[in-house]
Amino acid sequence: MFAYIVRRMLQSVIVLLVVGLVAFSMFRFVGDPIDNMLGQERTQADIDRLRAELGLDQPFPVQYYKFLKNAVQGNFGVSYRQGRPVSTIIAERAPATLELAFVSGFLAITMGIALGVFTAIRRQGIAANLIMTVSLIGVSLPTFLIGILLIYIFSVELDLLPSFGRGETVMIGNWSTGFLTASGLKALILPAITLGLYQMTLIMRLVRSEMLEVLRADYVRFARARGLSDRVINFRHALKNTMVPVITITGLQLGSIIAFAIITETVFQWPGVGLLFINAIQFVDIPVMAAYLMLISVMFVSINLIVDLLYYAIDPRLRVDARAT
Amino acid sequence: MILKNLMIAASATALMAAGASAETLRWARAGDALTLDPHSQNEGPSHTIRHQMYEPLIIRDVTGAFEPALATEWGPKADDPNVWVFKLREGVKFHDGADFNAEDVVFSFERAKQPNSDMKELIGSITEVRAVDDYTVEIVTDGPNPILPSNLTNLFILDKGWAEANNTVNVQDFEGGEITYATTNANGTGPYVLQSREPDVKTVMVRNDNYWGIDQFPMEVTEIVYTPIQNAATRVAAMLSGEVNFLQDMPVQDIDRVNGADGLMVKQAPQNRVIFFGMNQGADDLEADNVDGKNPLADVRVRQAMSMAINRDAIKQVVMRGQSQPAGMIAPPFVNGWTEAMDGESTTNLEKAKELMAEAGYADGFSLRLDCPNDRYINDEGICQAAVGMLGQIGVTVNLDAKPKAQHFPLITDGKTDFYMLGWGVPTYDSEYIFNFLVHGREDDIGTWNGTGYQDDALDTKIKSLASNTDLDARNADIADIWRVVQDEALYIPIHHQVLNWGMADGVGIEVDAEDQPKVKYFTIK
Repeated sequence: MFAYIVRRMLQSVIVLLVVGLVAFSMFRFVGDPIDNMLGQERTQADIDRLRAELGLDQPFPVQYYKFLKNAVQGNFGVSYRQGRPVSTIIAERAPATLELAFVSGFLAITMGIALGVFTAIRRQGIAANLIMTVSLIGVSLPTFLIGILLIYIFSVELDLLPSFGRGETVMIGNWSTGFLTASGLKALILPAITLGLYQMTLIMRLVRSEMLEVLRADYVRFARARGLSDRVINFRHALKNTMVPVITITGLQLGSIIAFAIITETVFQWPGVGLLFINAIQFVDIPVMAAYLMLISVMFVSINLIVDLLYYAIDPRLRVDARAT
Repeated sequence: MILKNLMIAASATALMAAGASAETLRWARAGDALTLDPHSQNEGPSHTIRHQMYEPLIIRDVTGAFEPALATEWGPKADDPNVWVFKLREGVKFHDGADFNAEDVVFSFERAKQPNSDMKELIGSITEVRAVDDYTVEIVTDGPNPILPSNLTNLFILDKGWAEANNTVNVQDFEGGEITYATTNANGTGPYVLQSREPDVKTVMVRNDNYWGIDQFPMEVTEIVYTPIQNAATRVAAMLSGEVNFLQDMPVQDIDRVNGADGLMVKQAPQNRVIFFGMNQGADDLEADNVDGKNPLADVRVRQAMSMAINRDAIKQVVMRGQSQPAGMIAPPFVNGWTEAMDGESTTNLEKAKELMAEAGYADGFSLRLDCPNDRYINDEGICQAAVGMLGQIGVTVNLDAKPKAQHFPLITDGKTDFYMLGWGVPTYDSEYIFNFLVHGREDDIGTWNGTGYQDDALDTKIKSLASNTDLDARNADIADIWRVVQDEALYIPIHHQVLNWGMADGVGIEVDAEDQPKVKYFTIK
């Protein structure tokens, strides 16, 4: 067990290092940050001075090594665009992204499971078929289009919800929250739907097909033969058994909700880390890009690590194999 | 309990919205100020925000003409052409109540000359600033500088006492990540006072009721809420839904839509930016062409022919949806040295162009690569695509390579492109600025954006002499001569002047300013 954990941890560290290396080798193709940082009146001397000051005159493995050396001490450098420490900026922006991810994740899970169960039980109903058809939109339309559509309908035409931003926020310690004001809650609705729609339809379709599978199983048939009520069969027996794969997928999707908030945040001018990343790419703000990519890969790697460890706990066969070798 | 809090918060915001909405300017544009430090980051959106709170000695009004701000009168000293004398406005107070006087001006200029300052190049000719008395300042330059006032319109004055008390005597080290009190706070003499600021999210300013010019300017806006909205479609949606009542960076494809909406309108004016193509005529052979051993662009007839092949009216109609002004010279109108005659010199003439190509020995044409940005100027990539088709008509086969600005501009400054697009704005409103960067041969600190490889010693000498020529008539004659050479040599292919569009709700009254620098004190609002 211990050896397994250590091995998985080591693998995770290697994955992280490789992600960082790939990221740093790509940065010079994004462009030259110097050009954005100095105005059109700059001279060659200014360019050379700044390039040396930022260490951009060195080969990328050296830049990467310096980044790692500082990063393990918790120092992610200074944003080229904002001129402030990257760790401060990310800490400022993280609450917006996490709140959005939390709300859309919650929406996706509750709505996804409820609609999945409904469409599985009422397989032939008109409502179920309608939901299935509409859910195709969620899977196939790109996020930015859904966002713009929602803005067009609910902000421009109906004038009900704000088209951009977070509304009024309240500071609780270092955490800025939009949950405590009316405008903050209103501002959450459209982005949360946009971000969660894909996940919701995914979960819904997954629950539905798992449920259909389970409803055909022998023990469900026996339960029916025993004369149990539909409600008990559907929710106590069938739903419980469909949850195992759903939980796995949901866990993995949580990571992608945070990572792929980039597009939703851009469309709604949501001041989170995704928007920060897009700005950083346009400006070639290398410290911000590097910190964001590392952060996201740490998140994915740890989610995968936890899932692996959970499998180990759940699946006895892994334990037997480990003992045999 | 939470519910109760919620309801209180909700009613509070509702009240606030109802109470202040009448005079609030809800303003959106694509980007935010990078810092509030008056002398860090010489960049458009940063200056725009500062202009509401800080003031320079002189500003430009909406027409681009000088207007007294903290200085009331100025002129060169009668007996010494190296000295400019500025009379300062009396009775002006900073936001914190401190008096404004000559000491603050001297302090601010010295601060702007520090190594970390981004404004130091603009005032590089200044050797000394001295206070004669409390309300008179003399600025000494290293030689006669006839256009000094043009370099001062974004040079903001801050209070010496405030800077000393808050440890912001030095300009922040932006690249080093330094944050000083002045990065996030402001104490100017300007018409609006900073209330709150979250970088990239929201900046709120309220009217300064003690402003010296409160009776002189409309000053009808009592509160400014400035929000950067990056996505163009979202920006327009925010305007259409009424969440924003003043919009900069209007996407051209949405102008009709906003104009057609109830209660909204778009105003436009030529912008201080001209778009053109540069050609590498200095190299012996081009890298990305199919002609071996010689450079077709070195032949002036080829350059003229290429310029004649470009149909600027078609680009205006099709690519720009009418939102451009075809150009014949690479100076924006209202820049000293611009003439209507020269700006009309670019004409489309395919027959003549083909003749010139044949005379130059390229009847069958040649091919080369065009480098173009795709996120810098209005519809930049579309203009390049149109040019590809037009140049094809005279046998010049162009391979278009469009990329983000961060990758495009280094090609020009590093001399790695043979044919490229560039846009140029002139903050000093004088041709000298254009010549220094685009016409003078490339050296370390001059001609830095001249990617044409063109160099002419006699012309370079003439350009350099403009800096200290105080005889304005002789100077203007020299400027006209230099332009004549630029035009005859077809150094660049001018395309058009960009047009600036500002969207506003009914009731918001302001004229578009060529520098894209709205100054809210001029706004009327109902």
